[in-house]
Amino acid sequence: MTTRGFTGKRPARSVAQRLPPGQYQTDDFPVLSMGPTPRVDTRAWRFTLHNGPRPLASFTWDEMQALPQTSWRGDIHCVTKWSKFDTEWSGVGIDDLFAAANVTPPTAYLLAQSFDDYDTNVPVADLVGGRAMVATHYAGAPLAAEHGGPARLLVPHLYFWKSAKWLRGLRFTATDTAGFWELRGYHMYGDPWREQRYDDDE
Amino acid sequence: MSSWQQAVIERIVVQTPRVKSFFLNTPIERHVAGQHLDVRLTAEDGYAAQRAYSIASAPGSTIELAIEELAEGEVSPYFHEVAQVGDTVEVRGPLGGHFVWSAHEGGPVLLVGGGSGVAPLMSIVRERNRSAPEVPMLLVYSSRTWDDVIFREELVEAHAARNGFDLVLATTRGRRGRPGDLERRLDAGLVASILDGWGHAPRTSYVCGADAFVEAVAKALVAHGVGPASVRTERYGGPARDSAPAP
Repeated sequence: MTTRGFTGKRPARSVAQRLPPGQYQTDDFPVLSMGPTPRVDTRAWRFTLHNGPRPLASFTWDEMQALPQTSWRGDIHCVTKWSKFDTEWSGVGIDDLFAAANVTPPTAYLLAQSFDDYDTNVPVADLVGGRAMVATHYAGAPLAAEHGGPARLLVPHLYFWKSAKWLRGLRFTATDTAGFWELRGYHMYGDPWREQRYDDDE
Repeated sequence: MSSWQQAVIERIVVQTPRVKSFFLNTPIERHVAGQHLDVRLTAEDGYAAQRAYSIASAPGSTIELAIEELAEGEVSPYFHEVAQVGDTVEVRGPLGGHFVWSAHEGGPVLLVGGGSGVAPLMSIVRERNRSAPEVPMLLVYSSRTWDDVIFREELVEAHAARNGFDLVLATTRGRRGRPGDLERRLDAGLVASILDGWGHAPRTSYVCGADAFVEAVAKALVAHGVGPASVRTERYGGPARDSAPAP
Protein backbone atom coordinates (compact mmCIF):
# COMPACT_ATOMS: atom_id res chain seq x y z
CA MET A 1 0.00 0.00 0.00
CA THR A 2 1.45 3.36 -1.02
CA THR A 3 1.59 6.08 1.63
CA ARG A 4 0.46 9.43 0.23
CA GLY A 5 3.33 11.89 0.02
CA PHE A 6 6.02 9.57 1.37
CA THR A 7 9.26 9.60 -0.58
CA GLY A 8 11.72 8.45 2.07
CA LYS A 9 15.42 8.90 2.49
CA ARG A 10 16.85 6.26 0.25
CA PRO A 11 20.22 4.88 1.10
CA ALA A 12 22.90 4.66 -1.61
CA ARG A 13 22.79 1.47 -3.63
CA SER A 14 25.96 0.22 -1.92
CA VAL A 15 24.19 0.57 1.43
CA ALA A 16 20.81 -0.68 0.24
CA GLN A 17 22.19 -3.99 -0.98
CA ARG A 18 23.63 -4.69 2.47
CA LEU A 19 20.37 -3.90 4.27
CA PRO A 20 17.94 -6.75 4.96
CA PRO A 21 14.29 -5.86 4.34
CA GLY A 22 12.85 -3.26 6.71
CA GLN A 23 16.25 -2.23 8.11
CA TYR A 24 18.03 1.13 8.03
CA GLN A 25 21.70 1.89 8.57
CA THR A 26 22.91 3.57 11.75
CA ASP A 27 26.36 4.75 12.74
CA ASP A 28 25.42 4.65 16.41
CA PHE A 29 25.56 1.53 18.49
CA PRO A 30 22.19 1.55 20.22
CA VAL A 31 21.86 -0.43 23.43
CA LEU A 32 18.85 -2.67 23.78
CA SER A 33 18.26 -4.83 26.79
CA MET A 34 15.41 -5.84 29.03
CA GLY A 35 16.72 -4.46 32.33
CA PRO A 36 19.65 -2.94 34.18
CA THR A 37 23.14 -3.70 32.92
CA PRO A 38 24.66 -6.45 35.07
CA ARG A 39 28.21 -5.74 36.23
CA VAL A 40 30.03 -9.03 35.79
CA ASP A 41 33.46 -9.32 37.38
CA THR A 42 35.86 -11.38 35.28
CA ARG A 43 37.44 -12.73 38.48
CA ALA A 44 34.14 -14.43 39.31
CA TRP A 45 33.19 -15.12 35.70
CA ARG A 46 32.62 -18.72 34.75
CA PHE A 47 31.35 -20.03 31.45
CA THR A 48 29.60 -23.41 31.49
CA LEU A 49 28.36 -25.79 28.83
CA HIS A 50 25.38 -27.87 29.94
CA ASN A 51 23.46 -30.72 28.39
CA GLY A 52 20.05 -30.04 29.89
CA PRO A 53 20.73 -29.82 33.64
CA ARG A 54 24.07 -31.64 33.42
CA PRO A 55 27.29 -29.58 33.31
CA LEU A 56 29.68 -30.72 30.59
CA ALA A 57 32.59 -28.33 30.93
CA SER A 58 33.37 -24.91 32.27
CA PHE A 59 35.96 -22.19 31.82
CA THR A 60 37.24 -19.40 33.99
CA TRP A 61 37.96 -16.04 32.38
CA ASP A 62 41.67 -16.81 32.15
CA GLU A 63 41.01 -20.23 30.68
CA MET A 64 38.74 -18.69 28.06
CA GLN A 65 41.33 -16.05 27.21
CA ALA A 66 43.93 -18.79 26.72
CA LEU A 67 41.89 -20.43 23.94
CA PRO A 68 42.61 -19.63 20.29
CA GLN A 69 41.32 -16.16 19.41
CA THR A 70 39.28 -15.44 16.35
CA SER A 71 37.98 -12.24 14.79
CA TRP A 72 35.12 -11.25 12.52
CA ARG A 73 34.20 -8.08 10.68
CA GLY A 74 30.78 -7.48 9.19
CA ASP A 75 27.25 -6.19 9.51
CA ILE A 76 24.83 -6.69 12.39
CA HIS A 77 21.06 -6.33 12.29
CA CYS A 78 18.77 -5.55 15.22
CA VAL A 79 15.09 -6.50 15.09
CA THR A 80 14.26 -2.91 16.12
CA LYS A 81 15.24 -2.03 12.53
CA TRP A 82 18.78 -0.69 12.78
CA SER A 83 21.74 -2.28 11.06
CA LYS A 84 25.34 -1.38 11.74
CA PHE A 85 28.00 -2.07 9.12
CA ASP A 86 31.59 -3.23 9.43
CA THR A 87 31.57 -4.02 13.11
CA GLU A 88 34.74 -5.68 14.39
CA TRP A 89 34.67 -8.40 16.99
CA SER A 90 37.10 -10.86 18.47
CA GLY A 91 36.87 -13.68 20.95
CA VAL A 92 36.69 -17.45 20.97
CA GLY A 93 35.04 -19.29 18.09
CA ILE A 94 32.35 -21.76 19.11
CA ASP A 95 34.16 -24.52 17.19
CA ASP A 96 37.31 -23.87 19.21
CA LEU A 97 35.30 -23.71 22.40
CA PHE A 98 33.65 -27.08 21.81
CA ALA A 99 37.00 -28.59 20.84
CA ALA A 100 38.68 -27.25 23.97
CA ALA A 101 35.83 -28.60 26.08
CA ASN A 102 36.02 -31.90 24.23
CA VAL A 103 32.32 -31.63 23.60
CA THR A 104 30.49 -33.02 20.60
CA PRO A 105 27.09 -31.30 20.52
CA PRO A 106 24.70 -33.86 22.01
CA THR A 107 21.58 -32.19 20.54
CA ALA A 108 20.74 -29.93 17.61
CA TYR A 109 19.57 -26.98 19.74
CA LEU A 110 20.75 -24.88 22.62
CA LEU A 111 19.87 -21.92 24.79
CA ALA A 112 22.45 -19.19 25.20
CA GLN A 113 22.19 -18.09 28.84
CA SER A 114 23.09 -14.77 30.40
CA PHE A 115 24.02 -13.55 33.86
CA ASP A 116 20.78 -11.54 34.03
CA ASP A 117 18.71 -14.69 33.39
CA TYR A 118 18.09 -13.71 29.79
CA ASP A 119 18.22 -16.59 27.37
CA THR A 120 17.71 -17.15 23.67
CA ASN A 121 17.53 -20.28 21.54
CA VAL A 122 19.83 -20.94 18.60
CA PRO A 123 20.27 -24.10 16.53
CA VAL A 124 23.71 -25.62 17.08
CA ALA A 125 24.26 -25.63 13.32
CA ASP A 126 24.13 -21.83 13.37
CA LEU A 127 26.95 -21.59 15.91
CA VAL A 128 29.46 -24.03 14.43
CA GLY A 129 31.37 -23.93 11.16
CA GLY A 130 32.90 -20.54 11.99
CA ARG A 131 29.55 -18.77 12.22
CA ALA A 132 29.63 -17.66 15.86
CA MET A 133 31.90 -16.79 18.78
CA VAL A 134 32.01 -15.85 22.41
CA ALA A 135 32.96 -12.22 21.80
CA THR A 136 35.12 -10.45 24.35
CA HIS A 137 36.38 -7.49 22.30
CA TYR A 138 34.72 -4.89 20.11
CA ALA A 139 36.75 -2.68 17.78
CA GLY A 140 39.92 -3.82 19.50
CA ALA A 141 38.88 -2.94 23.05
CA PRO A 142 37.39 -5.09 25.82
CA LEU A 143 33.65 -5.30 25.31
CA ALA A 144 31.84 -2.64 27.39
CA ALA A 145 29.26 -3.81 29.92
CA GLU A 146 26.50 -1.96 28.08
CA HIS A 147 27.19 -3.98 24.98
CA GLY A 148 27.30 -7.28 26.83
CA GLY A 149 30.78 -7.36 28.32
CA PRO A 150 32.77 -9.05 29.52
CA ALA A 151 31.53 -11.64 27.01
CA ARG A 152 28.56 -12.01 24.72
CA LEU A 153 27.51 -14.45 22.07
CA LEU A 154 28.04 -13.20 18.53
CA VAL A 155 25.92 -14.90 15.89
CA PRO A 156 25.75 -12.10 13.36
CA HIS A 157 23.74 -13.80 10.63
CA LEU A 158 20.66 -13.75 12.91
CA TYR A 159 18.87 -10.74 14.41
CA PHE A 160 21.00 -9.40 17.20
CA TRP A 161 18.79 -10.44 20.11
CA LYS A 162 20.16 -13.93 19.43
CA SER A 163 23.64 -12.62 20.31
CA ALA A 164 23.02 -12.86 24.04
CA LYS A 165 24.82 -10.31 26.20
CA TRP A 166 26.59 -11.11 29.49
CA LEU A 167 26.91 -14.70 28.40
CA ARG A 168 27.44 -17.29 31.11
CA GLY A 169 26.99 -20.45 29.12
CA LEU A 170 25.32 -22.56 26.49
CA ARG A 171 22.78 -25.22 27.41
CA PHE A 172 22.02 -27.96 24.91
CA THR A 173 18.31 -28.73 24.76
CA ALA A 174 16.57 -31.80 23.38
CA THR A 175 14.13 -29.64 21.43
CA ASP A 176 14.12 -26.09 20.10
CA THR A 177 13.10 -24.29 23.31
CA ALA A 178 11.92 -20.68 23.26
CA GLY A 179 14.02 -18.17 25.18
CA PHE A 180 13.13 -14.78 26.68
CA TRP A 181 12.02 -12.82 23.61
CA GLU A 182 10.85 -15.91 21.78
CA LEU A 183 8.33 -16.42 24.61
CA ARG A 184 7.22 -12.81 24.09
CA GLY A 185 6.26 -12.84 20.46
CA TYR A 186 9.60 -12.86 18.66
CA HIS A 187 10.61 -15.40 16.04
CA MET A 188 12.18 -18.74 16.98
CA TYR A 189 14.95 -18.42 14.38
CA GLY A 190 15.30 -14.75 13.42
CA ASP A 191 16.87 -14.57 9.97
CA PRO A 192 17.05 -10.86 9.01
CA TRP A 193 17.14 -11.63 5.29
CA ARG A 194 13.83 -13.45 5.56
CA GLU A 195 12.58 -10.75 7.93
CA GLN A 196 11.72 -13.25 10.66
CA ARG A 197 10.93 -10.70 13.35
CA TYR A 198 7.80 -12.03 15.01
CA ASP A 199 6.43 -15.46 15.75
CA ASP A 200 3.95 -15.40 12.90
CA ASP A 201 6.52 -14.44 10.28
CA GLU A 202 7.25 -17.29 7.87
CA MET B 1 0.22 -9.40 16.29
CA SER B 2 -0.66 -10.61 12.79
CA SER B 3 0.23 -8.97 9.52
CA TRP B 4 0.28 -5.35 8.34
CA GLN B 5 -3.01 -3.52 8.66
CA GLN B 6 -4.21 -0.16 7.51
CA ALA B 7 -4.47 2.67 10.00
CA VAL B 8 -6.24 5.91 9.16
CA ILE B 9 -5.08 9.07 10.93
CA GLU B 10 -8.21 10.30 12.70
CA ARG B 11 -6.84 13.25 14.59
CA ILE B 12 -3.54 15.07 15.08
CA VAL B 13 -2.83 16.92 18.30
CA VAL B 14 0.17 19.17 18.87
CA GLN B 15 1.62 18.17 22.24
CA THR B 16 4.82 20.20 22.40
CA PRO B 17 6.97 22.12 19.90
CA ARG B 18 8.57 18.81 18.86
CA VAL B 19 5.89 16.21 19.54
CA LYS B 20 2.53 15.53 17.94
CA SER B 21 0.04 12.82 18.80
CA PHE B 22 -1.47 10.82 15.98
CA PHE B 23 -4.74 9.02 16.70
CA LEU B 24 -5.21 5.99 14.48
CA ASN B 25 -8.33 4.19 13.42
CA THR B 26 -7.09 0.64 12.93
CA PRO B 27 -8.44 -2.88 13.45
CA ILE B 28 -5.44 -4.15 15.46
CA GLU B 29 -6.29 -6.14 18.56
CA ARG B 30 -6.44 -4.54 22.01
CA HIS B 31 -2.97 -3.78 23.32
CA VAL B 32 -1.45 -4.15 26.76
CA ALA B 33 -0.16 -0.92 28.34
CA GLY B 34 3.52 -0.47 27.40
CA GLN B 35 3.39 -2.20 24.02
CA HIS B 36 4.39 -0.68 20.70
CA LEU B 37 3.45 -0.78 17.03
CA ASP B 38 5.56 -1.13 13.95
CA VAL B 39 4.69 1.54 11.40
CA ARG B 40 5.46 1.14 7.69
CA LEU B 41 5.46 3.87 5.06
CA THR B 42 5.72 2.93 1.39
CA ALA B 43 6.73 5.20 -1.50
CA GLU B 44 5.21 4.90 -4.97
CA ASP B 45 8.10 2.82 -6.29
CA GLY B 46 7.76 0.33 -3.43
CA TYR B 47 10.56 1.67 -1.25
CA ALA B 48 9.44 1.26 2.37
CA ALA B 49 10.62 2.43 5.77
CA GLN B 50 9.61 0.92 9.10
CA ARG B 51 9.91 2.21 12.64
CA ALA B 52 8.49 1.21 15.99
CA TYR B 53 6.44 3.60 18.12
CA SER B 54 5.12 3.04 21.60
CA ILE B 55 1.37 3.28 22.14
CA ALA B 56 0.48 6.09 24.55
CA SER B 57 -3.26 5.46 24.78
CA ALA B 58 -4.92 3.23 27.35
CA PRO B 59 -5.83 -0.27 26.16
CA GLY B 60 -9.16 -0.18 24.39
CA SER B 61 -9.00 3.52 23.52
CA THR B 62 -8.23 4.89 20.06
CA ILE B 63 -4.57 4.16 19.37
CA GLU B 64 -2.40 7.21 20.09
CA LEU B 65 1.21 7.49 18.98
CA ALA B 66 3.17 10.47 20.35
CA ILE B 67 5.84 11.06 17.75
CA GLU B 68 8.81 13.36 18.24
CA GLU B 69 10.21 14.93 15.10
CA LEU B 70 13.84 14.06 14.66
CA ALA B 71 15.67 16.08 12.04
CA GLU B 72 17.77 13.13 10.91
CA GLY B 73 14.84 10.75 10.94
CA GLU B 74 12.95 9.33 8.01
CA VAL B 75 9.56 8.38 9.39
CA SER B 76 9.00 11.04 12.06
CA PRO B 77 9.49 13.94 9.57
CA TYR B 78 6.82 12.36 7.38
CA PHE B 79 4.37 12.36 10.26
CA HIS B 80 5.20 15.93 11.22
CA GLU B 81 5.53 17.57 7.82
CA VAL B 82 3.35 15.56 5.46
CA ALA B 83 0.73 13.42 7.19
CA GLN B 84 -2.78 14.80 7.47
CA VAL B 85 -6.03 13.62 8.95
CA GLY B 86 -7.48 11.01 6.62
CA ASP B 87 -4.11 9.67 5.47
CA THR B 88 -3.49 5.96 5.79
CA VAL B 89 -0.32 4.28 7.02
CA GLU B 90 0.35 0.61 7.74
CA VAL B 91 0.80 -0.76 11.25
CA ARG B 92 1.64 -4.09 12.77
CA GLY B 93 1.14 -5.11 16.36
CA PRO B 94 0.62 -4.70 19.20
CA LEU B 95 4.17 -5.86 19.93
CA GLY B 96 6.33 -6.48 22.96
CA GLY B 97 5.69 -8.73 25.93
CA HIS B 98 8.11 -7.51 28.58
CA PHE B 99 7.77 -3.75 28.95
CA VAL B 100 4.07 -4.13 29.77
CA TRP B 101 1.80 -3.62 32.75
CA SER B 102 -1.73 -4.85 33.43
CA ALA B 103 -3.94 -3.94 36.37
CA HIS B 104 -3.78 -7.51 37.70
CA GLU B 105 -0.01 -7.17 38.18
CA GLY B 106 -0.70 -4.59 40.88
CA GLY B 107 1.96 -2.35 42.38
CA PRO B 108 3.45 -0.22 43.70
CA VAL B 109 4.69 0.78 40.26
CA LEU B 110 7.54 3.19 39.54
CA LEU B 111 7.72 4.77 36.10
CA VAL B 112 10.74 6.80 34.99
CA GLY B 113 10.71 8.44 31.59
CA GLY B 114 12.97 10.76 29.65
CA GLY B 115 11.63 12.88 26.78
CA SER B 116 9.44 10.98 24.35
CA GLY B 117 10.21 7.86 26.40
CA VAL B 118 7.14 8.83 28.40
CA ALA B 119 4.85 7.43 25.68
CA PRO B 120 4.55 3.80 26.85
CA LEU B 121 4.50 5.01 30.46
CA MET B 122 1.53 7.21 29.64
CA SER B 123 -0.39 4.14 28.55
CA ILE B 124 0.40 2.55 31.91
CA VAL B 125 -0.65 5.69 33.83
CA ARG B 126 -3.92 5.86 31.92
CA GLU B 127 -4.63 2.18 32.47
CA ARG B 128 -3.98 2.57 36.19
CA ASN B 129 -6.18 5.64 36.51
CA ARG B 130 -9.00 3.93 34.67
CA SER B 131 -8.79 0.32 35.87
CA ALA B 132 -6.73 0.16 39.05
CA PRO B 133 -6.77 3.43 41.01
CA GLU B 134 -5.86 1.49 44.15
CA VAL B 135 -2.36 0.83 42.78
CA PRO B 136 0.25 3.30 44.06
CA MET B 137 2.09 4.67 41.04
CA LEU B 138 4.83 7.27 40.70
CA LEU B 139 5.91 8.80 37.43
CA VAL B 140 9.26 10.59 37.41
CA TYR B 141 9.54 12.33 34.08
CA SER B 142 12.49 14.30 32.80
CA SER B 143 12.15 16.83 29.98
CA ARG B 144 14.29 19.59 28.58
CA THR B 145 11.92 22.40 29.50
CA TRP B 146 8.42 22.82 30.90
CA ASP B 147 7.12 23.32 27.35
CA ASP B 148 8.59 19.96 26.34
CA VAL B 149 6.54 18.04 28.92
CA ILE B 150 4.31 15.78 26.81
CA PHE B 151 0.80 15.14 28.24
CA ARG B 152 1.47 17.90 30.76
CA GLU B 153 -2.09 18.99 31.51
CA GLU B 154 -3.38 15.47 31.83
CA LEU B 155 -0.54 14.39 34.12
CA VAL B 156 -0.74 17.43 36.37
CA GLU B 157 -4.50 16.99 36.64
CA ALA B 158 -4.17 13.28 37.48
CA HIS B 159 -1.64 14.16 40.16
CA ALA B 160 -3.91 16.81 41.63
CA ALA B 161 -6.59 14.17 42.17
CA ARG B 162 -4.41 12.82 45.00
CA ASN B 163 -5.65 9.29 44.56
CA GLY B 164 -2.38 7.43 44.67
CA PHE B 165 -0.84 8.65 41.43
CA ASP B 166 2.26 10.71 42.13
CA LEU B 167 4.21 12.82 39.68
CA VAL B 168 7.66 14.37 39.79
CA LEU B 169 8.60 16.44 36.76
CA ALA B 170 12.24 17.31 36.16
CA THR B 171 13.41 19.92 33.68
CA THR B 172 17.05 19.80 32.66
CA ARG B 173 17.30 23.08 30.71
CA GLY B 174 14.58 25.29 32.03
CA ARG B 175 12.50 26.45 34.97
CA ARG B 176 10.12 24.11 36.70
CA GLY B 177 6.43 24.76 36.31
CA ARG B 178 5.21 23.64 39.72
CA PRO B 179 6.59 24.01 43.22
CA GLY B 180 8.15 20.72 44.26
CA ASP B 181 9.29 19.80 40.77
CA LEU B 182 12.97 19.59 39.92
CA GLU B 183 15.28 21.73 37.84
CA ARG B 184 18.07 19.27 37.30
CA ARG B 185 19.08 16.05 35.65
CA LEU B 186 18.19 12.82 37.41
CA ASP B 187 21.17 11.25 39.13
CA ALA B 188 21.64 8.47 41.65
CA GLY B 189 21.20 10.71 44.69
CA LEU B 190 18.07 12.29 43.28
CA VAL B 191 16.53 8.94 42.38
CA ALA B 192 17.21 7.73 45.91
CA SER B 193 15.63 10.77 47.54
CA ILE B 194 12.58 10.64 45.24
CA LEU B 195 12.05 6.99 46.12
CA ASP B 196 12.44 7.69 49.83
CA GLY B 197 10.02 10.58 49.56
CA TRP B 198 7.46 8.44 47.79
CA GLY B 199 7.33 6.02 50.71
CA HIS B 200 6.66 2.90 48.65
CA ALA B 201 9.03 0.17 47.52
CA PRO B 202 8.33 -0.46 43.84
CA ARG B 203 7.23 -3.97 42.99
CA THR B 204 7.99 -3.24 39.35
CA SER B 205 9.83 -0.35 37.74
CA TYR B 206 9.66 0.76 34.12
CA VAL B 207 12.38 2.98 32.71
CA CYS B 208 12.15 4.36 29.19
CA GLY B 209 14.17 6.94 27.31
CA ALA B 210 17.48 7.42 25.53
CA ASP B 211 20.26 4.89 26.17
CA ALA B 212 22.29 7.00 28.56
CA PHE B 213 19.24 8.08 30.54
CA VAL B 214 17.97 4.52 30.98
CA GLU B 215 21.41 3.24 31.87
CA ALA B 216 21.88 5.91 34.56
CA VAL B 217 18.43 5.49 36.07
CA ALA B 218 18.47 1.68 36.09
CA LYS B 219 21.89 1.74 37.73
CA ALA B 220 20.68 4.21 40.36
CA LEU B 221 17.64 2.07 41.15
CA VAL B 222 19.75 -1.05 41.62
CA ALA B 223 22.22 0.91 43.75
CA HIS B 224 19.28 1.99 45.92
CA GLY B 225 18.34 -1.64 46.54
CA VAL B 226 15.67 -2.18 43.91
CA GLY B 227 15.91 -5.76 42.62
CA PRO B 228 17.41 -5.82 39.09
CA ALA B 229 14.86 -8.39 37.92
CA SER B 230 12.03 -6.00 38.84
CA VAL B 231 13.38 -3.22 36.63
CA ARG B 232 12.17 -3.30 33.03
CA THR B 233 13.86 -1.05 30.52
CA GLU B 234 13.15 0.18 27.06
CA ARG B 235 15.81 2.20 25.32
CA TYR B 236 15.58 4.44 22.33
CA GLY B 237 18.66 4.39 20.13
CA GLY B 238 20.61 7.55 19.45
CA PRO B 239 19.16 10.98 20.04
CA ALA B 240 19.28 11.74 16.32
CA ARG B 241 17.20 8.75 15.26
CA ASP B 242 13.60 7.77 15.14
CA SER B 243 12.67 6.04 18.32
CA ALA B 244 12.86 2.26 18.33
CA PRO B 245 11.71 0.40 21.41
CA ALA B 246 12.38 -3.23 22.42
CA PRO B 247 13.77 -5.79 22.63
